[in-house]
Amino acid sequence: MRALCWHGKEDIRCDRVPDPGIEHPRDAIVKVTSTAICGSDLHLYDGFMPGMQSGDIMGHEFMGEVVEVGSENKKLKVGDRVVVPFTIICGECDQCKRGYFSVGERTNRNKDLADKVFGHTTAGLFGYTHLTGGYPGGQAEYVRVPYADVAPVKIPDGIEDEKVLFLSDIFPTGWQAAVQCDIEPTDTVAIWGAGPVGQMTIRSAILLGAKQVVAIDRLPERLSMARAGGAITINFEEESVIERLNDLTGGKGPEKCIDAVGLEAHATATIDSIYDRAKQMLMLETDRPHVLREIFYVCRPAGTVSMPGVYGGLSDKIPLGMFMNKGLTLRTGQTHVNRWTDDLLHRIEEGQIDPSFVITHKVALDDGPRMYKTFRDKEDGCVKVVLKP
Amino acid sequence: MAFQQSSRANGSVMALARGLGWFSIGLGLAEMLAPRMLGKQLGMEGKESLLRFYGAREMAAGVGILMSDNPGPWIWGRVAGDALDLATLATGLDKQNPRNGNVAIAVAAVAGVTALDCISARALTGATRPVPDYSDRRGMPRPPEEMRGAARKDFTPPRDMRTPEELRPFRSQPAQEPVLHSRA
Repeated sequence: MRALCWHGKEDIRCDRVPDPGIEHPRDAIVKVTSTAICGSDLHLYDGFMPGMQSGDIMGHEFMGEVVEVGSENKKLKVGDRVVVPFTIICGECDQCKRGYFSVGERTNRNKDLADKVFGHTTAGLFGYTHLTGGYPGGQAEYVRVPYADVAPVKIPDGIEDEKVLFLSDIFPTGWQAAVQCDIEPTDTVAIWGAGPVGQMTIRSAILLGAKQVVAIDRLPERLSMARAGGAITINFEEESVIERLNDLTGGKGPEKCIDAVGLEAHATATIDSIYDRAKQMLMLETDRPHVLREIFYVCRPAGTVSMPGVYGGLSDKIPLGMFMNKGLTLRTGQTHVNRWTDDLLHRIEEGQIDPSFVITHKVALDDGPRMYKTFRDKEDGCVKVVLKP
Repeated sequence: MAFQQSSRANGSVMALARGLGWFSIGLGLAEMLAPRMLGKQLGMEGKESLLRFYGAREMAAGVGILMSDNPGPWIWGRVAGDALDLATLATGLDKQNPRNGNVAIAVAAVAGVTALDCISARALTGATRPVPDYSDRRGMPRPPEEMRGAARKDFTPPRDMRTPEELRPFRSQPAQEPVLHSRA
């Protein structure tokens, strides 16, 4: 089969690789009908995420048709249409039982390595670093889905792929980012990053009733999409984020702040961002936490910070004194996807939201390597790429 | 889909800028690591400290160009540095300098790079390209003002993601009992 494989920094290729097969009676094989490139795939593409190996199959946002089912899998049957959440869950461990699916205890097949690096393992993820299991991903014609009797979400006929594909990651991620802010109708919610997750977060915050939603980015096309979703926008290259947020909140700062940027912040005109760039270049720091610093500074005391943005390792000059003295609450983590998928599928079916609005590029799988660059460089107005194997 | 103009540079303009960034780092390294040899070749012995300073300047500009998403200001910085280099080299064109031939070659080389810097800086400053306008991509059936709070009718954040009641603002109403997030 064909698959997009990682071969090093900025080196993704569409390779011929062996077809996957059933390895465990709970498995299923899914023929991929739609898959997407995620912002966190770019951290692998740019070489910021440790634990990748040449030949790893990329992709953790995918859906398709079940073509083979293991003997113990009572949930799926051949022909079922499914969206596969990016977190691989067993449904039986303590964390899964508590709904903390992204930190499940059993699905990371490199648990020993993860225990050493993270202290305790987190769940296995598709198409990601070997720290999270190194499972072959979904930017391919076929995928083996482990524990396929738990996580896959069955999709009724009649809903196009594009409307439900993002249940695999970015829609639940944006939703959880907003939910864990515990939004009140009086709240201003400020969201750093108007990429795909930021866009989903904006709409989630609107649906959850925020009084005011503010989106911060520098790309005019993404800011226009943010405004369409109901956000007030701030272009950080044209105005001060701090001053504008304070103006919008009567000088008090937003109650809820969401970091939908993560480790590759693109601020360039601040001292701390230059410092981060230099340290990252000298391999003295893995992440560029400019957004977190700005959030801790501007967030209203006793406010809540939600951090869906991905961080990879070590960050420097995080103002913990500011964080502590202001009594901020920080909620973060990979998304507990299955906690939200039933509810969000209903909202899509009811027409409350159509996540396909974010798709700007739809291409064949073979065009994937080129689209990684287009997406990374934000060329051609690219916000979200869907690949058709 | 409507389009508007943006000042973001295209790929070839950025590629030229990156090339100049690497050149800057290379030249800077040479000036910092071998100032005596360079000074000797140019007949400008005794100016090693100045050459090291220029090398540091080149290195800073190179790192700035390579690390920045908007390298225009850094390239303009290089143009200013080029002027400084040319002024310094001009002092070595004196007929009494036995190496003035080498200095003339260096002046020509710096002038060539200055031309590239100017082309790159102007292109970065004036670069425009069409940027799509996505203001029609609402993703919701009705305007955001009408959709605001639509999910609150049938959704309550799960208890583990809510602010504990004891830490809520003093005047807030007692929270309802948490309900299941899933309606399935």
